[in-house]
Amino acid sequence: MIAFNKYYNKFNILSVSLVIISLLLLTFKGLNFGIDFKGGTLIELRSTDSKINVSSLRDNLSQMNLGDVSVKNFGNETDFLIKFENNENKNVIEEIKKNLDKSFGNSFNFRRVENVGPKVSAELLRSGVIAISVALFLMLVYIWIRFEWQFSLGAIVALFHDVIVTLGLFSLLGLEINLSIIAAVLTIVGYSMNDTVVIFDRVRENLRKYSDIKIFELTNISINETLSRTLITSVTTLLALLSIFFFGGEVLKGFSLAMIFGVIFGTYSSIYIANTVLVRLNVSQKTVLREDKN
Amino acid sequence: MLYFSKLRIIFITLISLLFIIFALSNLFNFDNKILNKKINLGLDLQGGSYLLLEIDNDPVIEQKLQNLTVTIRNFFKEKNVRITNFKLSNQTLSFTSDENSKQTILDEFASEESELNPYYQRFKSHQLDIVEENNFFKVSFSKQGIINLKTSSQDQALEIVRRRIDEIGTNEPNILKRGNDRILVELPGLDDPMRIKSLLGKTANLTFRFVTNDTEGSFGAEKLEFEDGTEEAIVSKRIILSGENLLDAQPRMDTENNETVVTFSLDRVGAKRFGKATSTGIGKRLAIVLDGKVISAPVIRDTIATGSGQISGGFTFQSATDLALLLRSGALPAPLNIIEERTVGPDLGQDSINAGMIALLIGFILVILYIFVKYKIFGIITNIALILNLFILVGILTIFEATLTLPGIAGIILTVGMAVDANVLIFERIKEELKSEKNNLIAFDSGYTKSRTAILDANITTLLAAIILFFMGSGPIKGFSLTLGIGIFTTLFTVYFIARLLTVLYVSKNKEKEGLI
Repeated sequence: MIAFNKYYNKFNILSVSLVIISLLLLTFKGLNFGIDFKGGTLIELRSTDSKINVSSLRDNLSQMNLGDVSVKNFGNETDFLIKFENNENKNVIEEIKKNLDKSFGNSFNFRRVENVGPKVSAELLRSGVIAISVALFLMLVYIWIRFEWQFSLGAIVALFHDVIVTLGLFSLLGLEINLSIIAAVLTIVGYSMNDTVVIFDRVRENLRKYSDIKIFELTNISINETLSRTLITSVTTLLALLSIFFFGGEVLKGFSLAMIFGVIFGTYSSIYIANTVLVRLNVSQKTVLREDKN
Repeated sequence: MLYFSKLRIIFITLISLLFIIFALSNLFNFDNKILNKKINLGLDLQGGSYLLLEIDNDPVIEQKLQNLTVTIRNFFKEKNVRITNFKLSNQTLSFTSDENSKQTILDEFASEESELNPYYQRFKSHQLDIVEENNFFKVSFSKQGIINLKTSSQDQALEIVRRRIDEIGTNEPNILKRGNDRILVELPGLDDPMRIKSLLGKTANLTFRFVTNDTEGSFGAEKLEFEDGTEEAIVSKRIILSGENLLDAQPRMDTENNETVVTFSLDRVGAKRFGKATSTGIGKRLAIVLDGKVISAPVIRDTIATGSGQISGGFTFQSATDLALLLRSGALPAPLNIIEERTVGPDLGQDSINAGMIALLIGFILVILYIFVKYKIFGIITNIALILNLFILVGILTIFEATLTLPGIAGIILTVGMAVDANVLIFERIKEELKSEKNNLIAFDSGYTKSRTAILDANITTLLAAIILFFMGSGPIKGFSLTLGIGIFTTLFTVYFIARLLTVLYVSKNKEKEGLI
């Protein structure tokens, strides 16, 4: 049996600091919103001429009065991602096409064009925030129906921890937040809850079984009993996610990365956050038996 | 938990087979109509263009209020009520009257059977709101009035957009209403939406009006620019003929002066009016105005009574074709703005399909190997269930001819990763039970029973997330939540019917064997 409970305090301190750092990052550095939420235009190009590079492309586009243009390689040397903010000019894509053809000869293939107006991006952001809030709220209701309040609190704390720290990491690394990240965050919410609930189920079962074991020991027993399941499921989920990350193409990179972080945090938090809440609230057999009488 | 009746086994087998056949119908062509279904590929996989158009209703509101000025004036003239100082600004029509008429006006607007202010009988709300202060009236559209106006302009715009897109002839376009002032257009396989964008961006409001020198005519006149920007002309506001009177329009090569023109033919009313105007107006210039710009303003030389004519204006063959198309399909009730565009080229789509399939295959193989190493015989059982799970999931998507997007493929891969969770929970529980229970059958039975609540909990939480995503997410996200959500049901089915059936078969043959799992 691994003595997880020996490190409860240390990891709690770590988590609290991680959450604080994440919140500071989110407040002061903010998130790198993609065009889905900020509005603007995105163009993915593939060049047939290997001499064209980011800086020549950037020089060319900067003459076009597009405002703040970002040009990056996308996946490999011949693929480029161009982004700029909302432009009043309705024919801007056509003009870029003409301009590039003029300067580089007909050597570009426009693989993807996305253009999100300011109104739509504001709506997408709002509906994304609503979706995450509704998800958290429904999870709260579900867990509140399913468990005693101490457990609910533990699960919710773990959940917020995972979401905040994942977003904090995105802020730190400057990774782009787009629609698929919202999907990833929601899936993380589901996964983290899933993991916590499985351990909690066992804690509750053990609470009914043993009256003489303190919650500090009991959580450790429960974690150990469910440990192999926790690990196997995390491994298979991570295997699937890693394969999306490495082989699923550039478009899914951000999504799978967010999910990978989320699964790791989710597994960690169901062991070290959710359970320690139970310990700190001094949950005992009475807590679950009282419920049973009702 | 361990008993399966014969009937149940047959039922499970049949259902699994059915879904497998449907899943395979994506690879093979069956002759059967019911069986020959395929999953639709989303625009991000097959390439195509997604456009969200917003109708700018402001001009319509202004126009309606403008028309209302005349209606109100005439209406009250008959009742001997004097109304003066009509003014239109900020989508509000204002006018003044005297103290004696005040009540008459307010009563007329408030009457449930008002002709001037309809809708009350149908919507329990009037079309217009009116406020009065010191004999100064302000009339504007009510909430209901705006809703009706938007809905009707959306209906008209949808029809026109459909006609224009059909004229271009893209394959299987998807044109849908969104809210009450938006139209969603999905054009599969179209990788350069420039032409459609420029066609949808034009209102195509065509009018024939006389060029005049007199700015103070009874209808008024306005100064309009020429399309090519070289010239300006003062054009009367009196409309001789509008696009509504056109029956047909075609691009043609005018052999006389070697120029591309658009020929048109008019309906009966149009032909009559055109004939009259061209006979009385010989020597005058007739301006052909499209969306507030003069295309050309030829001098009338002869009376045209045939009801057909042609428009010249320095067209290329392409621009003449487009103009003819716009004229044939009719004018939009209001300007459309493209507020969101997402276009994926076909080769990126194919790349995404390939990448998605490779990721799926690799993820699948890794999970299968890992589970086999962990559980041996029971690993094989889990893996059979997992493979069937995948087939059933694809089969369900096929039956509903659902749309598969790249995030949708991600959802399937994630399902593969998470689907084994239920079996892992069960097997780990059985292992624990076997520590205290020597009878294999009893241990397996209680393993299944005791793990059930945890499995349900785990799946419900994921399902909640998927449902929220489905209803609140847009486009590609919907695809992800769809596969993730359906994946939960197929997972539960394969775990509790297929994997359990196989487990039962194996365990009942090895009742006495120790260290079974």
